[in-house]
Amino acid sequence: MAKQIVQITVNGEPTDVLVEPRDSLLETLRENLEMTGTKEGCNNGNCGACSVMFDGRLVNSCLVLAVEADGKEVTTVEGLATSEGLHPVQQAFLDKAAFQCGVCTPGFLIATKALLEKHPNPSEHDVRYYLSGNLCRCTGYHKILEAVNAAAESMREGA
Amino acid sequence: MAEKKQWRVVGTRSLRPDGMDKVTGQAKYGSDINLPGMLYGRVLRSPHAHARIVSLDMSEAAKMPGVRAVMTAADLPDIASKLQELGESVADLRDESHNIMATGKVLYHGHAVAAVAATSLHLAEEALKAIKVEYEPLEPVIDVRYAMSDDAPLLDPARKMRGIGDEDGKPSNIAQHFQNKRGDLDKGFAEADYVVEREFYNATIHQGYIEPHNATAQVHPDGRVTVWCSSQGHFGIREEVAEVCKLPVGMVKVVPMEIGGGFGGKTKVYLEPLAVIMSQKTARPVKMWMNRTEVLLATGPNPGSLIKCKMGCKKDGTLTAAAAELYFEAGAFPGSAVGAGAGTIFGPFKLENMQVDGYDIVLNKPKSHAYRAPGAPNAAFASECVVDELAELCGLSPLDFRLKNAVKEGDRRADGPVLPRIGLIETLEAAKNSPHNNTKLAPSSGIKRRGRGVASGFWFNGAGPASVILNVNADGSLTQISGSADIGGNRASLANIVAEVLGIEPTDIRAQIGDTDTVGYTSVTGGSSATHKSGLAAHECATKIKEEIIKRAARIWETDAENVVYDDQSGAITNKADAEKKLTFKEVARQANRTGGPITSEVSVNSGGAGPAFAVHIVDVEVDIETGKVDVLRYTAAQDVGTAIHPDYVEGQLEGGISQGVGWALNEEYFYNKDGLLMNASLLDYRMPTMLDLPKLETIMVEVPNPAHPYGIRGVGEVCVVPPLAAVGNAIYNATGIRLYNTPMNPPSLLSEIMKSGLAELPEASD
Amino acid sequence: MKEIDYASAATLSEAASLLSKAGDRARVLAGGTDIIVQLREHRRDIDLLVDVKNVPELSAMTYSATDGLTLGAAVPCYRIYETPAVAAAYPGLVDAVSMIGSAQIQGRASLGGNICNASPAADGIPPVIVYGATLKVQGPNGSREIAAADFCVSPGRTAMRTGEFLVSIHFPPPKPRASAHYLRFIPRNEMDIAVAGSGAYVELDAGGQTFKTVRVALAAVAPRPLPVPEIGEFLAGKTVSDEVIRRAGELASQAATPISDMRGTTEQRKHLAGVLTRRALNGAIERARG
Ligand code: FES
Ligand code: FES
Repeated sequence: MAKQIVQITVNGEPTDVLVEPRDSLLETLRENLEMTGTKEGCNNGNCGACSVMFDGRLVNSCLVLAVEADGKEVTTVEGLATSEGLHPVQQAFLDKAAFQCGVCTPGFLIATKALLEKHPNPSEHDVRYYLSGNLCRCTGYHKILEAVNAAAESMREGA
Repeated sequence: MAEKKQWRVVGTRSLRPDGMDKVTGQAKYGSDINLPGMLYGRVLRSPHAHARIVSLDMSEAAKMPGVRAVMTAADLPDIASKLQELGESVADLRDESHNIMATGKVLYHGHAVAAVAATSLHLAEEALKAIKVEYEPLEPVIDVRYAMSDDAPLLDPARKMRGIGDEDGKPSNIAQHFQNKRGDLDKGFAEADYVVEREFYNATIHQGYIEPHNATAQVHPDGRVTVWCSSQGHFGIREEVAEVCKLPVGMVKVVPMEIGGGFGGKTKVYLEPLAVIMSQKTARPVKMWMNRTEVLLATGPNPGSLIKCKMGCKKDGTLTAAAAELYFEAGAFPGSAVGAGAGTIFGPFKLENMQVDGYDIVLNKPKSHAYRAPGAPNAAFASECVVDELAELCGLSPLDFRLKNAVKEGDRRADGPVLPRIGLIETLEAAKNSPHNNTKLAPSSGIKRRGRGVASGFWFNGAGPASVILNVNADGSLTQISGSADIGGNRASLANIVAEVLGIEPTDIRAQIGDTDTVGYTSVTGGSSATHKSGLAAHECATKIKEEIIKRAARIWETDAENVVYDDQSGAITNKADAEKKLTFKEVARQANRTGGPITSEVSVNSGGAGPAFAVHIVDVEVDIETGKVDVLRYTAAQDVGTAIHPDYVEGQLEGGISQGVGWALNEEYFYNKDGLLMNASLLDYRMPTMLDLPKLETIMVEVPNPAHPYGIRGVGEVCVVPPLAAVGNAIYNATGIRLYNTPMNPPSLLSEIMKSGLAELPEASD
Repeated sequence: MKEIDYASAATLSEAASLLSKAGDRARVLAGGTDIIVQLREHRRDIDLLVDVKNVPELSAMTYSATDGLTLGAAVPCYRIYETPAVAAAYPGLVDAVSMIGSAQIQGRASLGGNICNASPAADGIPPVIVYGATLKVQGPNGSREIAAADFCVSPGRTAMRTGEFLVSIHFPPPKPRASAHYLRFIPRNEMDIAVAGSGAYVELDAGGQTFKTVRVALAAVAPRPLPVPEIGEFLAGKTVSDEVIRRAGELASQAATPISDMRGTTEQRKHLAGVLTRRALNGAIERARG
């Protein structure tokens, strides 16, 4: 099938992009739009590195087709910080040294934001359960848990 | 010798210089590169574990839409056999080349056979389907015992064992046999009151870094080649690319991209030469990255191993003798980590009588490669479980038994060398005094059985050349360019050191990794060496800057340099000849061009040992005796870390080591079918721990400074993965009375032992 | 991935005509979490994906205490547990849909897709069977209903004919002193495919001591999600006791005909079928008693 133009609002910016039906949202972000903040770890829905917000929902962008994103809003890690500064989740991951190699970090940041917007005061189990779709091989998750808790606190204070 | 002392910046939790880019998505990892006119390369891989390639026809594929280049092994130069140090292991470059692309035979499921470059990833993939390969399948060799037997098919009929006088001259899958021996084994075992002898098996496992391997190459019209990739050592990658593609090393530039985890696995080329060859064919940049299946099938996993271990001790717990035979699955080509396994197996124990035999065996699995303390966890699983049994026989606690036999400075390491200042005893004592060890395990109830296990571990720690450049900027900030790939906070550690020396703040430092054309040769970030060796270079480099700043201050004040005092605590620069005069680093920096030109310094070192490391772990588990499932309830890791230059990233190493070790102990394995095909090559079925599989982790940093470093840095990144397998195994035993001798100690294996033991009085399945 | 076409249907009849025209060269796209992976791994060969998320009937979820729950086939998992009335009425369904993949997957994957994928290990299917749900499928010539227990026939194959697709799943309204529980065994604590699973539905008498109706279905121990009617027949009319539940577990183990693969062994799975059935029954009883 011929390529088609879809309009995806990426981090608030409506963007026209030429895609094939078989292109995933992840490929489209990374290869067409050169927004490489979103990472590929498995391309199969098993690692969460490609997590983005898709019309307000946390999804794996490797399991969404770009054509499905026509008319939708996507938030990637590049859309978290504003001219005012880092999002509290970003600040907490930085402050708490919640990453080593950092390749899982964009996915964790997006997933954590999704979690905290839904559960402002999550229990340890809530955090571990909600983030269990995001694999990190470097950290053992200990400092990630601390960062999520710190982010939750600062978001509650900011709210 | 470095004294333990309080530093101003060293030992603080400064923000890492590369952190901002990593939380904003701006950091560029290997496959984040996009170049004009870029092609996408894909690899065709063997569907067989062992087969002869009868014919290979690329003609249809070459004609497919969008295809711009195709290649096979015939496009790689034929290179001579030559041994080469590759980060943490030694390999033959000819084997390397044949591993990168199969010639004549495919030797494992996923072995690369051909590659194409096309204008899109999808088109490249479609072209792979048009490649015609005819295979003649051969019997696969997957089991290490079978591989050694006379009946087993030979992977390479020309290969004969290198031995210790026991060569029989016949072709063999055993590539090498070596022996480490000391004292009198028979006498030692004769003195023993208790002797325990067991056999262990570890399944093949993978490093599991989240970022897949990647490489982008651009050939320039004059023949120079630029390669962008994520690796643990871009200088090593440059050497390998040059050797495999037969290019002068100076024609190859490797640009280090951010690396998404390596753990030893990213010290070797797989895709780089293919991208180079296809870029040579097209004069266009070629980008390649593996999908997850390819990563698991065809990179360098940790070798499976069969280990026989026998140890003896007196009634009071004193070890009298130890012997082990280690049979490591090198994979399709020789060169497993059996040497390191043999060198570490009895590392924490003072032994006069010992013998270790190592065997390096080829079979139809991917060529194994380094994984965090390569070989040591396999080995420690055997020795530390046997020690647990001996301790029980003697009626000693596992920690007391280990304290009784602990090596210390001046003792001989099991494989020969005399140990320098080490901290095993301090670490065992820290574990003994830990809150964890002093808290009683909550009692078991019903089907949930609880147990506690302990294990220790040893790792050599490596060293090597490293380079650092510092450029002072006019605003008093500093550009730090180092040659070590930064996987988990290396830039931050170096920035702490530089800031310490110069009396400035880590936030004044812009830290980067230099490419191979920018900074001096630096060996791989591996062997737990990077902070040590680059730290030495950074310290010396900053010291030179400091000397220069003093000279410049003297020039500004028109006085002798001897009169200038540079206080590295406050950063204040004062003049002994004139108490009124004061300068700061920033002020001197601003005047650099008026006082003699730019202030820069470059230092390269060739460091000695990063200092042997020891770790002691304690773990509590809960076993569901109806299902065989093991949950980790509590975990404490104590480790001699020398000096924690940046505690966050030292703790991070310990925590990561625990996580990988627990995954290895409980669930991770390469699951082969009878045809030698890997069945679980996905992150769904290759089960690494999720956030729900681990508790909060407790780390105890014992600081026994390494005398071979001004700040006492010791390698920390690897020894932390050595104890977990045995610690978990010992805890399962403590919980259930069942000893498992194979990893993974997964639910089906534990359940089947539970059912045999009658531990669970349950309705049996009947049919 | 090979080249494919994509069409988004706006109505039932449009979806029906697209799918019937393409026959077995087409496949429905709802959450995509299975089909996209299958296409990428060359495990399915089709030419057309028909996106049904814009078909109102497939994206609707309606519930009332008198009529029960009608769940459009493309409704993502999260909508089930994020709708309090539905979550409260069908806790055994919530068990399953909150363990399918991760939060990311549950944001896309639908129960309908889980059913149509017809994996023997699907977590979503045993609860649908034990709740006694009916599946409404649409074909070129209209719609028909299939009982959940009859829907899956073999790995990856359903009772739907070429050109037919799932529209909705209807769950009967909850009864008093009745509930369900679904459990699975996996080696990790999340993210795995079931080694074995068991779903149990229990309706007790007024006193809460005697089984009136029991239905059990197993996952990952047979070529299809496996209803075990023997358990219902055995337990009906019996007083709740450890002894009869133990016997029910034995019946589950006996009914199981699992294979050994990378996810588990035959012996382990037969054993787990029993353990999980006991635990699922106990969980369902506890819920039924409220
Ligand atoms: S890349 Fe999408 S989940 Fe792993
Ligand atoms: S920090 Fe490396 S995978 Fe998470």
